[in-house]
Amino acid sequence: MTTRTVELNVGQSREMGVGGGGAISPIAPFDIPEPGIGTENMLINIGPQHPATHGVLRLVCELDGETVKKVVPHIGYLHSSFEKLGEYRTWNQIVPLTDRMDYLAPLIYNCAYVMSVEKLMGIEVTERCKVVRVICMELDRIFGHLLWLGTTAIDVGAFTPFLYSFQERERIYKLHESLTGARITTSATRVGGMMADLPEGWLDSLLEFLDTFPDTLAEVHHLLTGNQIHIGRTQGIGVIGAEDAINYGLTGPNLRASGVDYDVRKDRPYYDYETYDFEVPVGEHGDCYDRYLCRMEEMVQSVSLLRQAMARLPDGPINVEDPNISLPSKTDAMSDMESMIHHFKLITEGIPAPEGDCYMAIEASKGELGMYVVAEEGSTKPIRWRVRPPSFVNLSVIPKLAEGHLISDLIMINASLDIVLGEIDR
Amino acid sequence: MTDDTKSALDAVDEGPLPSEAPGDATAAPGEDASDHASVAAIIAGFGDSVLRHRWAAGRQAVVWVTPDKCHDILAWLKDDDGQRYDMMSDVTAVDYGGGRPIEVVYQMFSTAHKHELRVRCPLPLDALEIESVCDLWKAADWLEREVFDLFGVTFTGHPDLRRILMPDDYAEGHPLRKDFPLRGRFSRAEQTLQALNQNVDRFYLTGDMDHGAPQEVAEAEVGLIEAESSDGEGE
Repeated sequence: MTTRTVELNVGQSREMGVGGGGAISPIAPFDIPEPGIGTENMLINIGPQHPATHGVLRLVCELDGETVKKVVPHIGYLHSSFEKLGEYRTWNQIVPLTDRMDYLAPLIYNCAYVMSVEKLMGIEVTERCKVVRVICMELDRIFGHLLWLGTTAIDVGAFTPFLYSFQERERIYKLHESLTGARITTSATRVGGMMADLPEGWLDSLLEFLDTFPDTLAEVHHLLTGNQIHIGRTQGIGVIGAEDAINYGLTGPNLRASGVDYDVRKDRPYYDYETYDFEVPVGEHGDCYDRYLCRMEEMVQSVSLLRQAMARLPDGPINVEDPNISLPSKTDAMSDMESMIHHFKLITEGIPAPEGDCYMAIEASKGELGMYVVAEEGSTKPIRWRVRPPSFVNLSVIPKLAEGHLISDLIMINASLDIVLGEIDR
Repeated sequence: MTDDTKSALDAVDEGPLPSEAPGDATAAPGEDASDHASVAAIIAGFGDSVLRHRWAAGRQAVVWVTPDKCHDILAWLKDDDGQRYDMMSDVTAVDYGGGRPIEVVYQMFSTAHKHELRVRCPLPLDALEIESVCDLWKAADWLEREVFDLFGVTFTGHPDLRRILMPDDYAEGHPLRKDFPLRGRFSRAEQTLQALNQNVDRFYLTGDMDHGAPQEVAEAEVGLIEAESSDGEGE
């Protein structure tokens, strides 16, 4: 009869002892006799309808007992062919398609798309618009990370952070609503500016959020960062080294947790990010725990960035003053004949683009989000509109990360990658 | 929709004459990008294979290369000390329609030198085949599968070239091609019929796993269940 060594990995906690004394649970390697019967690997299917896959992701796993031998992810269950639809829409009509991709951080997608179109057309947006978009993007970075935080914590059995983070998300939802009129499908940007300027009092609401949010974050830190169960479930799980991480195309916090200092905001700055004072957290172990720490610190940095952006927000117009790009004001369009014709022509005909192609990369909450637009001379619709979704590339590494881990760790690894199926399947 | 209305809408689709968009001096696209270090190096090393090069909008260097040398050039760009494009950000394709070649687009970034480069490789419609770069960048695995799925470009040497976003048995073609109608090739009735007649078991008995043991067991079990259920009907 053969034997194998089993390590029971039980958490240690000095607070848990009876009568106030320290109690240390054993980490006990002992021998269990293996039954003398043959075993077979088991094929198990997780998803596409499963709460722990964070969307309609399907994972087909081959298991030896509880150990994952192989994982094959299947995607495409949410495929809506947004890129094809985009080829039938004018430049501004595509904006509503973008926030449906990453519905956890919609404003980042809105901004990224119009930034690529503006770059293609050579439009320089106003200073105020730049800062407003930085505010939108940093707010939604927190928005996206909060959902990741809550759902990931719940995957390892911690329910409280989920409630805390969703309470904070609700406040950002309200900010979205007063800024854009919608909670998720924001569609806030237009080529050459924004749908509307910031509403009155919005910055005060944002400031109120920024004043209290760090306290909540500190509470979650307190609950998770030193938590023995959380550490046991995340440290040393799903490790990927720096070189592999680059080769697999990981970006965002997933890449930085492996010790690669690559952030699009620092390395290919846009919207004057080089003039803001912020730090990019970099991990060293490349495991789930470091990915957790990176995202937690990014939220703190985003709060600081939001404060800086609010401090420098200049007055002035939010849209470019070019009649070929920006619509006249609604009041003018309803009262003035020429403005109405102008409005009508711009809506029906669209904005003509020069011939060429443009790849615009920005740092979304999940990694490098690339928007690639191709146009022919004078075309008011894209020949090709390509989205490089960060979680699509990040997810492709999961077969490598999960191999050899327990099936419960597979759930944690999947959660730690922070995927959103809307942008993976598009 | 009547034909008149449709042609009127098509006329709107064609769009107005190009206006004078405010120019950005640095973004002015030109036909010559040889002052980009990597572009100059490619021209020096692979001069015959470079079709053309230009500065695209936003001062991004683009090089068009021939398909036969594409893999060699990309491998050199990755491994040469002066280039070190170690991150394959994106692999995609562009179909301009009208019988023009489909262009495969590689968007690369060097984390060491912090520079980016776009390589485009036109493939004629009757020879949609190019060597896979999966052996160089693992990131290209899924990205190339997506291009295969949506454009029908075959990547030779790819370890696992299957459809990724569309179902494995999708029979209507490659959706992002310009000749693919927006609503698909089949009628709504045919699409519904196909969806209803799908063999659902197939999705749970995938040939994903290389060695057949678990699959055989599962198939045997399904056979058993079917036999039992048919017995039940007989009684």
